[in-house]
Amino acid sequence: MAKTIAEKIFDSHLVDTPSNDIQVIRLDAVLCHEITTPIAINDLVKRGKDHVFDPSKIKAVIDHVTPAKDSKTAMQGKILREWARRHDIKDFFDIGRNGICHALFPEKGFVRPGYTVIMGDSHTCTLGAFGAFAAGVGTTALEVGILKGVCAFQYPQTIKIDITGRLPAGVYAKDVILSIIGRIGVNGATNKVIEFTGPVVDTMPMDARMTMCNMAVEAGATSGICYPDRQTVEYLWPFVQNEYESKDSALKDYSRWISDTDATYADIVTHDVSDLEPQVTFDYKPENVKAVAEMAGTPVDQVYIGSCTNGRIDDLRVAAKALNGRAVAANVRGIVSPATPQIYRQALQEGIIQTFMDAGFCVTNPTCGACLGMSNGVLAKGEVCASTTNRNFYGRMGRGGMVHLMSPATAAATAVAGHICNSDLYQKGE
Amino acid sequence: MEKFNGNVLFLNRDDINTDEIIPAKYLTENDKDALKPHLLEDLKLSGFQAQDSLSDKHVIVSRANFGCGSSREHAPWALEVNGIHLVIAESFARIFRQNMFACGLMAIELPPTTLDHIFKQYATQNTTVKTDLSQNCFEFSTGGLSERVEFKLEDFDRQLVEAGGWIEYADKKYR
Repeated sequence: MAKTIAEKIFDSHLVDTPSNDIQVIRLDAVLCHEITTPIAINDLVKRGKDHVFDPSKIKAVIDHVTPAKDSKTAMQGKILREWARRHDIKDFFDIGRNGICHALFPEKGFVRPGYTVIMGDSHTCTLGAFGAFAAGVGTTALEVGILKGVCAFQYPQTIKIDITGRLPAGVYAKDVILSIIGRIGVNGATNKVIEFTGPVVDTMPMDARMTMCNMAVEAGATSGICYPDRQTVEYLWPFVQNEYESKDSALKDYSRWISDTDATYADIVTHDVSDLEPQVTFDYKPENVKAVAEMAGTPVDQVYIGSCTNGRIDDLRVAAKALNGRAVAANVRGIVSPATPQIYRQALQEGIIQTFMDAGFCVTNPTCGACLGMSNGVLAKGEVCASTTNRNFYGRMGRGGMVHLMSPATAAATAVAGHICNSDLYQKGE
Repeated sequence: MEKFNGNVLFLNRDDINTDEIIPAKYLTENDKDALKPHLLEDLKLSGFQAQDSLSDKHVIVSRANFGCGSSREHAPWALEVNGIHLVIAESFARIFRQNMFACGLMAIELPPTTLDHIFKQYATQNTTVKTDLSQNCFEFSTGGLSERVEFKLEDFDRQLVEAGGWIEYADKKYR
């Protein structure tokens, strides 16, 4: 029977079918951070079940508030750190080596095509960019994952979004995904997997695919997913070169994880991006999306470039290019947060950090921080932030603050202008 | 089960997200009870005053896509420590729904027409819900008015509620 990639992954990981469409699947990776894991750890200890199913399949990082900002966040780090130590979890990333989980874990080679991955974080769907089924879960599901290496999901239905045409210059993956969420809505893919396919996705580098899959959850999707291809192999090669004779043989193996052409979909959407303009959100839902040109002139107090959505090296390169040697406008606070130490280092070597600092940006260490209003750039009531993050919910970056989501290029141009505007990199599609 | 009975809080809006249910700044708590005073603190809904509106409420009735956004199980926990064990809505975000049943709580979907009727008939009154799990049926009542509303409960979700949650269920079943 013809299957989608998500169906293939489920069928190859099936442990149990407790009722009609619910499947319990075996997990290849259980990822942990210091916000949602400590309560699971405490509960396991309380139950006398302080075990892990396989320390080599558990990866952990302190990323949301780091360095700790107060006694409570210090305690969350301490609980995670001591747990990693006592269970010999070797892939644990602490201060100096830590970065935002959904940027760090792929960079370390912890995800492969065909994998099943969970984490106590809704943006885990980012990792679907590698042809994996990757889903955010709550603390209890994480706890069972840590203890038993399994998780329960509805058998996946898939929406295929075929992205066609040619992206105009200065329009990026972030604009594409915002336009898709604007089209299908925040509830448009609930309980479903979104497959991103088509010529535009084929030419997207892994950083861009991760941006796309990252925001699949903002349309309600369980996982975003892209087919593994040569770019996937290139990205993963340093980690898999001992497993395969050549890149071609890796590619051949990974081709198992591509949907059959006659697979059954819940829906198939064709999304032509040839005329797409840079996008920006308004109001308090990620589906409230407009062309930047329609919002042009809206003043901002802060510009934030970073997060699991847009804190990768390609994002920083584009933002630096859009700055083009210019300084941040007076009355605007610019903050840039490279998503991992490796990205930070790369940005230093390429002179990108210098560009940001010359422009008057504050460069922070890698952390989730401001995106969810926890640290490193929280908004005051009435303030407006132009942000490359993923959620414009009311209060998200600070109570009473307004968040406009946009691409790194638009954010950089906005920082210079002091109000929302298109970057000079944008050229209208033909 | 009695924990699924009580006075109803009506939240007449789609897409109530988990940042509204419990803001991220409280995710540094390692004790569920500490979440109690902050439930729905940032809810954007006219006329809603968290502390007054929540007083003595044990059931929430809302609209589409309830619990969207972050995966934080702090959202169901914040409901639970306030004595709210049942949310009825047109639809739920996947992770929120999964988290509710994983905690042994219930997230039950009703069709939009049924909810329209319930909002119209009951939202302006003091309304209570009684849940009959053996009959898959709610009884909404206010003053002299009362009616039965049937609901669907998936086998797996029923098993989770009966077990007390996913950890209890999984611990017995999977090695």
